[in-house]
Amino acid sequence: MSILVNKDTKVIVQGFTGKEGTFHASQCIEYGTKIVGGVTPGKGGQEHLGQPVFNTVKEAVEATGATVSMIFVPPAFVADAVMEAADAGIELAVIITEGAPVKDMMYAKAYATKKGMNTIGPNCPGIITAEECKIGIMPGFIFKKGPVGLISKSGTLTYEASNQVVKEGLGITTAVGIGGDPIIGLSYKQLLPMFEADPETEAIVMIGEIGGDLEIQAAAYIKENISKPVVAFIAGQTAPKGKRMGHAGAIISGGSGTAAEKMAALEAAGVKVVVSPADIGKAVKEVMGK
Amino acid sequence: MNIHEYQAKEIFRQYGVPVPRGQVAFTVEEAVDAARNLGGSIWVVKAQIHAGGRGLGGGVKLAKSLDEVREWANKILGMTLVTHQTGPEGKVVHKVYIEEGADIQKEYYLGMLLDRALEMPVMMASTEGGMEIEKVAEETPEKIVKVHIDPAIGFQGFHGRQLAFGLGLAKEEVGPFIKFAQALYKVYMDKDAEMIEINPLIKTGDGKFLALDAKMGFDDSALGRHPDIVEMRDLSEEEPTEVEAKEHGLSYIKLDGNVGCMVNGAGLAMATMDIIKHEGGEPANFLDVGGGANPETVAKGFEIILKDPNVKAIFVNIFGGIVRCDRVANGILEATKITDVNVPVIVRLDGTNADEAAEILKNAGIKNIISATDLADGAKKAVEAAK
Repeated sequence: MSILVNKDTKVIVQGFTGKEGTFHASQCIEYGTKIVGGVTPGKGGQEHLGQPVFNTVKEAVEATGATVSMIFVPPAFVADAVMEAADAGIELAVIITEGAPVKDMMYAKAYATKKGMNTIGPNCPGIITAEECKIGIMPGFIFKKGPVGLISKSGTLTYEASNQVVKEGLGITTAVGIGGDPIIGLSYKQLLPMFEADPETEAIVMIGEIGGDLEIQAAAYIKENISKPVVAFIAGQTAPKGKRMGHAGAIISGGSGTAAEKMAALEAAGVKVVVSPADIGKAVKEVMGK
Repeated sequence: MNIHEYQAKEIFRQYGVPVPRGQVAFTVEEAVDAARNLGGSIWVVKAQIHAGGRGLGGGVKLAKSLDEVREWANKILGMTLVTHQTGPEGKVVHKVYIEEGADIQKEYYLGMLLDRALEMPVMMASTEGGMEIEKVAEETPEKIVKVHIDPAIGFQGFHGRQLAFGLGLAKEEVGPFIKFAQALYKVYMDKDAEMIEINPLIKTGDGKFLALDAKMGFDDSALGRHPDIVEMRDLSEEEPTEVEAKEHGLSYIKLDGNVGCMVNGAGLAMATMDIIKHEGGEPANFLDVGGGANPETVAKGFEIILKDPNVKAIFVNIFGGIVRCDRVANGILEATKITDVNVPVIVRLDGTNADEAAEILKNAGIKNIISATDLADGAKKAVEAAK
């Protein structure tokens, strides 16, 4: 078991024939992901990476039965691509593109929600179910199969955390990079219950950062609903106020969204919060009693 | 990206958000001319910098004659203005805005930004005009009225009524206020603003609403479709090293410590700062080299970090995913040839091709490169080396 995606998940790629789309789609295929086709308007009927190319998502879905779309289109076209996927009946859109305007995402996400489509990202590494299905840009070899679910706002910190977990002799069920933009798709609060319900997941790691209050919402949710042990790390404990730390959403504004308040809320919810990012793996082992 | 008050007011004017008449000036003479052109007998001379609290810092002065305009413009232009938002080093004033005096009957606050939790814009109004809104929110939150505006329906009359009656406006003031707020919403949406703050918004003696101040920030990701806004960018308001870094695809923020950091990924870069602090040191900067850590970007990274004389050691922390560690290792070696790196460099390379990378660095035998086995080890060695 796992959450959201597995070895049978059929995936199409929007922005399939572009440079990024091509490189990462071929890496995903190599990992074992069932990439069943892609969409590049104007290139319908061609074949790319051994898979059919379609002009529209609607055609792609009808022909392949895909339920997930991985989106690599340039920032200005992300909203259009997400809405097209939602309109075509895609169930989950994984948006890798960095730099999509916030206003666009506001409209796109509202429409996706209306159509019942889940989104992950934008500006994220994607989602991976270890040794089954990789939809994104993460280095697959770091994610060995095991009992730990992972939710993270940061790409490289996801790799770091997974690496530590694996070094402790454990591994990952599914890892989801939710992205660090001001408006994102699935967040801790929606993913936590999925991990709670997944019989293979025994513990959950959540990696947050400064800005916004998703981690605070997660803390409230964990307190009431999550029985599995949770380990958390919040990046940006030393970040100055009012400065955007790389990610568009990583900013302490008006004194709120600090690491300290998030860490306190999570701790109060019974989460094992580590101060050092080097202690994530050890803490997971500890809370699992292994 | 932020802009100046006079620029924000220019945008307001285009959208019919009422503002007092005014003119920007770069010299004392221009300031006096501006006042003369505006006419009247009372003017305000306002320093134009990207920071709040200008009045308290002595950057906003009332002038009752052209001589006084001259006097204040002379004092303000070129001064280093220190406010609670500039930091102790302050900001040099390069231009002033000359504005006609206004008949202030009451001051309000009106602001707009994205509510990230509800994923829609929120407009906030308060009777506590002129105060810092964060302070009002903390001390007297009941004095802030908020309405969320679903972009699917846009700004409706009821949004305006909730705000107007929430502020306790008189019946005849509600109409003009709603018109004002509606126009402001349009500015926010059309221009991909990240935030707009009018503090104070004033009611004049004859019952009109005017934006006496204006602060605007924009979503950097949307600037591509707003060439008019990009043109308003004032590089002198930005940290020069941060601008230089950005030009080379690096994201850099200077901090106060002595351990320089070079990392791939924003989250890991923040985490690296955190672990340095955890190990008893102080990070000198945030630096995300991004996905393409090649010799040129790594060299540029070293160069930028070393511009800060406080830096006593550099911690290179790379978790290779798509980026291969062996390439980064070669990049580091190349960089030490391009740039004179005269402090210890602690290198932690993990992930794709980490073993090959370790071999490359070992064989190079450069004396001030110290290898680290993992994140904690690297941080410890970096903090130790900076002592």
